[in-house]
Amino acid sequence: MESLSEASCPAVGRGFRLQWESAQDAHVLLYPEGMVKLNPSAAAILTRCDGARTVADIISDLERVYSIEGLGEDVLAFLRLALQRGWLEFRQ
Amino acid sequence: MTAEARQAPSRRPGPPLWLLLELTYRCPLHCVFCYNPTDFPHVATELDTGEWLRVLREARALGAVQLGLSGGEPLVRNDLTAIVAEAHRLGFYTNLTTSGVGLTEERLAALKDAGLDHIQLSFQDSTPAMNDFLSSTHTFELKSKVAALIKKYRYPMVLNVVLHRLNIDHVEEILAMAERMGAEYVELANTQYYGWAWLNRAQLLPSRAQLLRAEQSMRRFRALVGSRLRIFFVVPDYFETRPKPCMNGLGRVFLAIAPDGVALPCHAARMLPGLSFPNVREASIESIWYDSAAFNHYRGEEWMKEPCRSCPERSRDFGGCRCQAYLLTGDAANADPVCDRSPHHHLVTRAVEQAAAAATGGQPLLFRGLRVRKGAG
Ligand code: SF4
Ligand code: SF4
Repeated sequence: MESLSEASCPAVGRGFRLQWESAQDAHVLLYPEGMVKLNPSAAAILTRCDGARTVADIISDLERVYSIEGLGEDVLAFLRLALQRGWLEFRQ
Repeated sequence: MTAEARQAPSRRPGPPLWLLLELTYRCPLHCVFCYNPTDFPHVATELDTGEWLRVLREARALGAVQLGLSGGEPLVRNDLTAIVAEAHRLGFYTNLTTSGVGLTEERLAALKDAGLDHIQLSFQDSTPAMNDFLSSTHTFELKSKVAALIKKYRYPMVLNVVLHRLNIDHVEEILAMAERMGAEYVELANTQYYGWAWLNRAQLLPSRAQLLRAEQSMRRFRALVGSRLRIFFVVPDYFETRPKPCMNGLGRVFLAIAPDGVALPCHAARMLPGLSFPNVREASIESIWYDSAAFNHYRGEEWMKEPCRSCPERSRDFGGCRCQAYLLTGDAANADPVCDRSPHHHLVTRAVEQAAAAATGGQPLLFRGLRVRKGAG
């Protein structure tokens, strides 16, 4: 498996679906017979993982939208966790 | 549990997150351990397409998000694709449970197009078919073909096998077969004793020795294949001392709709006496879920009897399964007798002991000077 770098383009993993749930007032990730409710920062990152944007794009976009510098490490840490859980994958 | 949580019944419960549509009781197979009711209603009473679509829309509006499509064999319905398409459009995550009988490439391609998210191929055949399976004859070929199709359409290949006394000794062969079929996940689920399985319990319940052997084989196999094939093993609750937190509490997250439109807090709950379950033909999903007496009855803890009522574990297991309590003790409000705190626990241990005695009859019993042949069971 490709390792995570600023140039990778992560996308929501096969079998998972990300969507807004108004009943939960949150973004959720759906998978076979289950659901995770996402907190706002997890949702902000995952909704940007469309398989086209690079990790670097995602980080700079988040820093711009939320007017915060130095989000890189936190975003990378979350992406690593999400990859491990299969929430994200790299598309060829 | 805090005073606040104890008032839960008077507060509005959460939405029915998990909706199960049992589209039909019709099935080309005849499983001895089927949990479907034994007095199943006739085909003519099945909901039509428009009624199922309305159920989907109403449940989704309340916040339902996971959709299970099962039966019977859901592929028997020729509107399955239309139902999946509407569910997908509404934002459901769609899970199909099928025996694979009737799953042609054409059908699968249409289901994929319609947005089907997940497929579980269940192996739920009767004994002759199980022999087929173990001896690689036509059932195996059918399942393998379907398995290959499932992979071709980029679904994870999930195989579900129901275990009972007659096949539990073949866990190793079953797993080897699953591996040859290219399965990525196998669920070995022990039979739950409701419906047909309840009637056949004496023939189906394995002995503890069988169960232990099966677990050992499963572990050996698991060590061999590693993460290539993930194995889930569901122990039959008759061998436990604490019940399962059935449905996470009735009326909390799960809503099942039977083929004739009857709404149930658990697919087996139709047997529970004294409750009249509402029908989607007569009431909206919203009023069924929030207002009907049947759905409110087992919410909260008011209904509980001792020992559950004062038990510190009641918020973890909700007193176990209502259906099991009813079937074994005659009162659905009793503790699930799987629990060793239940005064009826001996009913479960006795069934297990009887199963052990019967299971040794797999070989004919031979007494010196006098031959006694036990039925094959
Ligand atoms: S007594 Fe009732 S609540 Fe307590 S562990 Fe047993 S079944 Fe659960
Ligand atoms: S009430 Fe019993 S039969 Fe129904 S889901 Fe719960 S455990 Fe299963």
